[in-house]
Amino acid sequence: MRVDLRARRGGFALSAAFEAQPGEILAVIGPNGSGKSTLLDAIAGILPVSGTIEVAGRLLDAPAGSRGGAATARRVHVPPEHRRIALLGQRPLLFPHLSVRENVAFGPRAQGVPRGEARRRAEQRLEEVGLGGLASRRPAELSGGQQQRAAIARALASEPDALLLDEPFAALDAPSAAQARRLIAAQAHTTGAGGRAMPIVLVTHDPMDALILAERTLVMHDGAVEQSARTAEVIGHPRSDFVAALAGVNRLGAVGTGDRAVRTPDGLVLRGHGDTLGAGAAGSAVFAPGSVRVDPARADGAGSVPNRWDGRVTELEPIPGGIRLRTAEHPAVAVDCPSTHAVALGLRPGQRLAFRVDEADVSVRAGS
Amino acid sequence: MSTAGRSGLRAASEQPTARGAAPSPRGERLPAWLLVPALIAVLLLVLPFVALLVRLDWATVPAAVTSPAALQALGLSLVTATIATALCALLGIPLAVAIARSPAGLAAVLRTVTTLPLVLPPLVGGIALLALLGRNGLLGATLAIAGIQIPFTTTAVVIAQAFVALPFLVISIEGALRAIGTEHEHVAAGLGAGRFTVFRRVTLPLAAPGLVAGTVLCFARALGEFGATALFAGNSAGVTRTMPLAIYTAFNGAGVEEDTAIALSLMLILVAVAALVLVRGWRPGALR
Repeated sequence: MRVDLRARRGGFALSAAFEAQPGEILAVIGPNGSGKSTLLDAIAGILPVSGTIEVAGRLLDAPAGSRGGAATARRVHVPPEHRRIALLGQRPLLFPHLSVRENVAFGPRAQGVPRGEARRRAEQRLEEVGLGGLASRRPAELSGGQQQRAAIARALASEPDALLLDEPFAALDAPSAAQARRLIAAQAHTTGAGGRAMPIVLVTHDPMDALILAERTLVMHDGAVEQSARTAEVIGHPRSDFVAALAGVNRLGAVGTGDRAVRTPDGLVLRGHGDTLGAGAAGSAVFAPGSVRVDPARADGAGSVPNRWDGRVTELEPIPGGIRLRTAEHPAVAVDCPSTHAVALGLRPGQRLAFRVDEADVSVRAGS
Repeated sequence: MSTAGRSGLRAASEQPTARGAAPSPRGERLPAWLLVPALIAVLLLVLPFVALLVRLDWATVPAAVTSPAALQALGLSLVTATIATALCALLGIPLAVAIARSPAGLAAVLRTVTTLPLVLPPLVGGIALLALLGRNGLLGATLAIAGIQIPFTTTAVVIAQAFVALPFLVISIEGALRAIGTEHEHVAAGLGAGRFTVFRRVTLPLAAPGLVAGTVLCFARALGEFGATALFAGNSAGVTRTMPLAIYTAFNGAGVEEDTAIALSLMLILVAVAALVLVRGWRPGALR
């Protein structure tokens, strides 16, 4: 799948260029209104675009006169029903008036497959997603997780060349989401009808989805691609506060001190791995709140040893399995304290504590 | 995960109180200032019919409703209203789809045009139809040269009924179409269904409740149509004298035949109620 497009929706402008290989899951993350869903609508052909979209070797959108003229003298736009692209959203949107079987058979039927054969394929797809026994039910008789699995089966039964997923796990409870995630992951590794795997584009607000499922991740911001890189890099060292917040890590602007360390604006001195910043060079440091070790403050203070600092607790907030705290000295730094340790320390506001983080847990990158 | 756990806890702790004083919206007590006018409204709607039944001389009913004139009028009414409804469905469903899927500005214009016959007195509609199709009308003059005369024919009855009934069908179907949105249609297109297949297998079935309600309203309105028919089609027995005109004729006729008028009204009421009951019976569970 090759995408290089510009599109408008109301006053919103989107421009994006990327490629996704067959069998690859490409994650797309970004804040609300960054253009993630607009991007999927554009690829699905619901939204008119200018630019080029090519999927499985078929040109779905192209401007007039592109590619050497002769092949596409006129503007190319393949309508949604002929694009062979399935779009699956947060809500399953099963057809309420059709049985689950007829829902899944809808794609093959619409493409001219005879009724009996379409039903047979539908049964098989439902079997694959673990809904073999529920084929005769109406969608309303299924749980939310079952409905979403039926929607996945329906999308796959149409044997698309590409699968677009828009927050497909967001409305599901944890076990259902895990099950749906397994289905999608399995799908990426199986080959489709034409003996080839298909690319999957996964829009998600949960970077852990990206981490589990996607080799590469696209970060969208204000209708443009802000970053396109390996997921480990995007999540491991976020380049924006938005991704840092999503990934749940501290991201601090910092400048090099000249002795393999960096200093944040509020005076934190950190030494980490990654890039080495020259004295005065701008960069950023990233570490997880959970990788910070919390101890009672010593009387003589932390001094100016890298990766160690003291602070007075201002804010305590419960998190799963522990307490997140912030200090007056470094309000931008969140520190997570496991519940057992929090009890041992007797955490309370106003308390003075000593903090340290391992060099191996701090990632340093040059550039702003 | 944590939020799920927490809300689970909250739900568990809230359950007993919720069960104790379950304020279901249906069991809610209404304030008196709201109840009194509501009751008067019900009386306003029901009392005239009660009076009608009380005034009815039941002894004359069998004769009145089985008289050839009454049966002829009823037959004409059912036939013309059915044709008019079919015509409305044929033209109105596409119009409703066009309005529901148009940009807001165009949709507003189309909706206003559609609503016009609804807010105008049917008499005005009858005059307007005459102005268009009458002997000297805009189109009627041309039609007359071709030897086609529409006013004062059964065709005129159907046109008058369709004119006043179409808005009911269009507006209720358009509302249903807008309520179902376009998401299912997009999904269907993504699965490879062309526009006609999407319309036939997704849009129409999803809009079915609105479709049925609109069709029944349309039929009932066509059945009761009087004003436009009287002016545009006239009142000739067996050709244009539908039930409402027969009732009017009986009421105003030479003899004092108020009882016949009342008996005929009863027939019309029964047909309308039957239509409403039919929809009610069809609706629940059939589509959800």
